[in-house]
Amino acid sequence: MALTNEIIRSRLMEKFGEQLTGWEEPYGMLTFTSDKDLNLKVLQFLYDDVELGFRFMTDLCAVHYPNEEGKELAVVYHLHNMRENVRIRYKIFTGIEKPDVYTASALFSAANWMERETYDFFGVNFVGHPNLKRILNVEEMEYFPLRKEYPLEDQKRTDKDDEMFGRD
Amino acid sequence: MARPVQYNITDKPLEKPYSIVQGPEGYMGEGFFASKLSDVVGLARKNSIWPLPFATSCCGIEFMALMASHYDLARFGSERVSFTPRQCDLLMVIGTIAKKMAPVVKQVYLQMAEPRWVLAMGACASSGGIFDTYSVLQGIDQIIPVDVYVPGCPPRPEAVIDGFLRVQELVGSENLRRRNSPKYKELMETYGIQ
Repeated sequence: MALTNEIIRSRLMEKFGEQLTGWEEPYGMLTFTSDKDLNLKVLQFLYDDVELGFRFMTDLCAVHYPNEEGKELAVVYHLHNMRENVRIRYKIFTGIEKPDVYTASALFSAANWMERETYDFFGVNFVGHPNLKRILNVEEMEYFPLRKEYPLEDQKRTDKDDEMFGRD
Repeated sequence: MARPVQYNITDKPLEKPYSIVQGPEGYMGEGFFASKLSDVVGLARKNSIWPLPFATSCCGIEFMALMASHYDLARFGSERVSFTPRQCDLLMVIGTIAKKMAPVVKQVYLQMAEPRWVLAMGACASSGGIFDTYSVLQGIDQIIPVDVYVPGCPPRPEAVIDGFLRVQELVGSENLRRRNSPKYKELMETYGIQ
């Protein structure tokens, strides 16, 4: 029997109940949310459960929502069941003041570098990560460039005259 | 049937049977020629510049056209493109230099022996170009001194040839003591190079 979204959802509801919220199916892809402290339990269950078997992490990234107070940063996990060819999306939200999230790198080796990238660009602090340092940007960088806190251009440059570029 | 070719169908006679560089000014008499050593050295240097192409992106494609038969930089004595900095005279930085690439460019520059020249080809190498962003170096002159900038996105091969001729001008007319002068040392110090 094919693994449908209904089966995945009921299986998760059986285990976690009302702790999982925000159920959506944009373009047929099951998406849900939970408290950020629950992330490893949910991922472990999705991995271990014989019926679900989401054993491949396709992507891990973050999104910055500057207007959502208390949950500015979303960490998004994309999981893939290779046998059934089913994909799901799992999101957790964290405040930007203390963006601590448990690392999934022990469960998925693929998460190691992707968490480093997410840290590099959004500053999500993955607690327990074996080597949490910048991966793509220069190591001296003092900020997290993909947070929506900065104007688009480099603010430190002196050689571009604003008038010439139509800015004030 | 032969194709109706319209262009370049008549042979053009060469202006001269050979092409040779004009010698420096000097005194000539029977069996001797006297000139300044710096002129002779400059002449030799400027007509055998070995370029090191540091090509990172789209300008590199234009550089390939420059080296190929149509534009043919070899006409100016630079057919010997080298990929080892220790043998090269001219560092051609061709394309976007990300901040993470900056130490590599500097390392390559440091490995070149004096006298060395630098040509920045394209808007990105000259000023960061369209990449006004956190990850891109805003012009390679932030890390190494540049002699000639060739603007354009990308510049046409003709523009690069023009830039190259300007490098030749600099090379040919450079004072032999310039690289030992305090002014030059001062310039190098601003880049943190000993």
